[in-house]
Amino acid sequence: MVRLITHNLLACHVRGCNSNNFPLQFQDVQIGLREAEFNPDFLRGFLPKIEWNALVDSARQLGDTSLPAEQPVMIDDDFLKTLHHVLLEIHVEEGAMVCPNCKHVYPISNGIPNMLLADHEIG
Amino acid sequence: MSRPELQAPPEIYYGDIEAKKYTQNTRIQQIQADMTYRALELLNLPPDQPAFLLDIGCGSGLSGEILEEEGHTWVGVDVAPSMLEVALERELEGDLFLQDIGQGFGFRPGSFDGAISVSVIQWLLNAETSHPSSSPPRRLTRFFTTLHSALRNPSRAVLQFYPTSDDQIQLITSIAQKAGFGGGVVVDYPNSKKAKKVFLCLFVGSGGGQQVPKGLEGEEGEEAEDRAKFERRRQREKRRKDSKKKGIKDRDWILRKKELYRRRGKEDVPRDSHYTGRKRRPVF
Ligand SMILES: C[S@@+](CC[C@H](N)C(=O)[O-])C[C@H]1O[C@@H](n2cnc3c(N)ncnc32)[C@H](O)[C@@H]1O
Ligand SMILES: [Zn+2]
Repeated sequence: MVRLITHNLLACHVRGCNSNNFPLQFQDVQIGLREAEFNPDFLRGFLPKIEWNALVDSARQLGDTSLPAEQPVMIDDDFLKTLHHVLLEIHVEEGAMVCPNCKHVYPISNGIPNMLLADHEIG
Repeated sequence: MSRPELQAPPEIYYGDIEAKKYTQNTRIQQIQADMTYRALELLNLPPDQPAFLLDIGCGSGLSGEILEEEGHTWVGVDVAPSMLEVALERELEGDLFLQDIGQGFGFRPGSFDGAISVSVIQWLLNAETSHPSSSPPRRLTRFFTTLHSALRNPSRAVLQFYPTSDDQIQLITSIAQKAGFGGGVVVDYPNSKKAKKVFLCLFVGSGGGQQVPKGLEGEEGEEAEDRAKFERRRQREKRRKDSKKKGIKDRDWILRKKELYRRRGKEDVPRDSHYTGRKRRPVF
């Protein structure tokens, strides 16, 4: 199950692909929604790791437009609940992630992205 | 029988049949669980704070299950599709990736608050193919370098593994050091042939503490304690089986998790209602 929480941390790792290699673009995705426990402490701790623009953009690719374009300064529970849903409850089940730079395709099947590289792509 | 890592590449060795056998074996469950608890202890995370952890070579999620029970969120990577499939069937909460750790990670700098690995990195000591990029030192270098950058500063990675010689420990620690890690090796029960366990305890920055922890001495565990753990695990497995019969994330499963979180003293656990566990409509 790939969710936006991990997608937001993932850059392309093909050899020599070092710039413009994030975020990976979703392609032909099927998604599923699954309830997860709301944990505000965890979310507050995770916030500094998020690349906000990438998250907003990727959520839109998955059909979710609930996040504000700018990361709010005031972190209240309403905001954390929205963030919780976007990061942890949307599961990409099928499709692919494509590197915006080298166009490598990471297929997603059964919720699991295939990150394996061919010999010539290994750094 | 020779060691698994000498018999076949991991994704072949852990095929459909072995992946199921491995996961259902109660002795293996017990050993992997004990080592996971010990790895968590050596990680030395700030108390009562949910962390975001990487499980390297997560297999069928025997360790991931414990990470989530301890209140953490985890991401697992493994190169054996059959092991990941069993992990999926076990309905764990971590995100899973099909990945060869010898090819390195693509995670952004500072992504994880810590990493664990249980019985995995001895596999990196064998060349997978004759391609030059697959020599063990090259694979270990990519692994440690990209792991170091994926961890935040300060933090730790704790990797239990089965070396066959001191030379292997030496090779692995020297490459980890070159990749920027501090820390060192912790050996539990060094004098027991059966219970001896080697943990690589690696620090990013200060590792949240200066000293490499000491290994455990004496005989392994108190028998009573072992039995208690075993009993807990058995109950876990039974609940899992029961819930599996009823399909994914059903109401009972959710209620059980909520109960677990409440017991752990977590606030904000949504109250139970007749909406709990109801199927939601797909978005599109
Ligand atoms: C003994 S199992 C341990 C699984 C799990 N950590 C546990 O404690 O139950 C070893 C695991 O390491 C995985 N593994 C071996 N080499 C690997 C590699 N190069 N990349 C990712 N995973 C690997 C195998 O697929 C297998 O799932
Ligand atoms: Zn790329």
